Amino acid sequence: MRDVLPWCEPVLLDGTMGEPRARGRFGEYGGRYAPESLVEVCREVDEAFREAWADPGFRGALARLLAVHAGRPTPLTPAGRLSEALGVRLYLKREDLTHTGSHKINNVLGQALLATRMGRRRLIAETGAGQHGVATATAAALLGLEATVFMGERDIERQALNVFRMRMLGAEVVPVTAGSRTLKDATSEAMRHWVGATGDSHYCVGSVVGPDPYPWMVREFQRVIGDEARGQCAAELRTGVPDYVVACVGGGSNAAGTFAGFADTPARLVGVEAEGGAGAARGRLGVMHGCRSLFLQDDDGQITQAHSIAAGLDYPGVGPEHAHLRDLGRARYVTVTDDEAVGAAVRLARTEGIVPALESAHALAWVIRAAGGGDLPAGSTVLMTLSGRGDKDVSTLKELL
Amino acid sequence: MTNPTLAAGAVERHLRARRDTGRGLLMPYVTGGITPSWTDYLRAFAAAGADAIEVGLPFSDPTLDGVTIQQAGDTALARGASTRRILAELSGMPDLGVPLVASTYYNLVLHDGAEAFCAALRRAGVGGLIVPDLPVHEADELTDVAAAAGIELVLLASPVTPQPRLAEISCRSRGFVYAVSLMGTTGERAALAASAAELTERIRRVTDRPVLLGFGISTPDQAREARRHADGVVVGAAVMRRVLDGAGPDDLRAFLATLRQALDQECDRPR
Ligand SMILES: Cc1ncc(COP(=O)(O)O)c(C=O)c1O
Repeated sequence: MRDVLPWCEPVLLDGTMGEPRARGRFGEYGGRYAPESLVEVCREVDEAFREAWADPGFRGALARLLAVHAGRPTPLTPAGRLSEALGVRLYLKREDLTHTGSHKINNVLGQALLATRMGRRRLIAETGAGQHGVATATAAALLGLEATVFMGERDIERQALNVFRMRMLGAEVVPVTAGSRTLKDATSEAMRHWVGATGDSHYCVGSVVGPDPYPWMVREFQRVIGDEARGQCAAELRTGVPDYVVACVGGGSNAAGTFAGFADTPARLVGVEAEGGAGAARGRLGVMHGCRSLFLQDDDGQITQAHSIAAGLDYPGVGPEHAHLRDLGRARYVTVTDDEAVGAAVRLARTEGIVPALESAHALAWVIRAAGGGDLPAGSTVLMTLSGRGDKDVSTLKELL
Repeated sequence: MTNPTLAAGAVERHLRARRDTGRGLLMPYVTGGITPSWTDYLRAFAAAGADAIEVGLPFSDPTLDGVTIQQAGDTALARGASTRRILAELSGMPDLGVPLVASTYYNLVLHDGAEAFCAALRRAGVGGLIVPDLPVHEADELTDVAAAAGIELVLLASPVTPQPRLAEISCRSRGFVYAVSLMGTTGERAALAASAAELTERIRRVTDRPVLLGFGISTPDQAREARRHADGVVVGAAVMRRVLDGAGPDDLRAFLATLRQALDQECDRPR
């Protein structure tokens, strides 16, 4: 099978998925490679986040928003019929059931609350699938902030429903026409805009990427996925901890949040990337969007365009902590094709009555492919994060099916 | 005290010497590989009285550049420009008598390793390097490598940089200090930003290295005003918009001559 490195025994290092080392480092990755004009605001966000995260008042306010607005905790659903067919015991962590329909809301509520604490009145965001944009527009409306969302023109076409949702929520959606007109270009444009707007705006980065402290901060805001799932597994599973923990990886925020709950257990961590956007599996060391990590590049060092049917995985890099987990052997990164993901989405719909986001379908596609083989032996217990629901993808699927 | 001029590299020595005669410094920018005969622009810049020339090595994701320089980079890349090709073309040029300063994003510096990159610059006759996404606190790994290769690593200062950090930037920068005039990306602007004067004044308090103001300086009037605060100006988008509109080396030479003249007039005025 392609891309699959032999398993190393999980490395249990003290502090893995804890606070990054000095200067925002995860091993050799991370850092704050921001233009000088953004360095000061990164420092301010870092300071504000550290203070807030240590403040029970902030934690309490966020927990309450997550409960009363976003609908947390999300259930852990045993996938009964699919488990039987695959010969593994599969449990789904249902981020698709959150308000706005994906895990992105966890991070956004945290950052929006932080932004108000910092006295900012506007949120800036980039979006690919539109899920992060919708979540940002939602949080802005909820907390009385303005929102400006940058989105590649190509994504605006294929995620039209989410564009409408953002506008209905009162956000300004700015089409990005540069480069591949997808997530990477939307991120570049959001950063450019931020340079001129640091005084009153908070850049609400949507994944575990960007300059320090974002990769760490976003993972901490997503940690709720892993922490909840850990407790639910302890109650539900005979073994207490699943044998495998699986999540899809674009920038890597739902995976990082999920992994964080299990980093100190013997569970094997698997990140599933899109074949055409496999930063962790095939990227090369580089620096983009503020951090040192792994990026798809050509022989001249130009970043290459990602290609995935799932707009949220259409990113040619991966968050720095994933690069580090890969190097440590603590997590493994695999890829699936567009076709496999579509097949998995249909299968989940027909066996469990759940239409997943195409991003999340990537994680499932690997489980389906690997189940029963050496990479995922029969009888294993698998926790998979279902990062989002498929409503936004129905028009894409309609063309294909 | 050591003589700063003797300790400095060639780019800085050149700029200091010119500044010390009272001349306002002019550093025009060109995106490498923008046209088949792009090196002709360098000759035109030198002939128009440039004191240094900035050569951009285009990157696919220029997060600190506005639309003009983004378009210039895309055009060059679409023509097949690459670091290797641009440096090869520079190597083939006779010495212009004007120092060359490369500018690019950190990913391209790291791609073949910083040592190989700096050595390649050196072989191409480039003396300085600007990396806008490499702030001073991340610069350790490049400073020594660049110094060993004889490349002067120019650091950027911004209007929001706190004073102690400004002192560190000014101290560790080589060649000159690049003062980013405004909180924004590269691109032409209607007026010189108000933040430019205060920033250059704050830099001057901590260094006597040459200070060049860049970002948004597009007209002779703006250059004249910038010269009142700084030792000189960097002019990028105003040059590249003309190139994108089809201006040839002679047109650029005429445009830069107007900036040259403005800078010269300003230095004749009593200060
Ligand atoms: C449903 C869903 N899953 C996953 C992702 C990928 O993001 P990440 O890797 O940060 O979780 C996205 C991004 O848009 C998404 O909408």
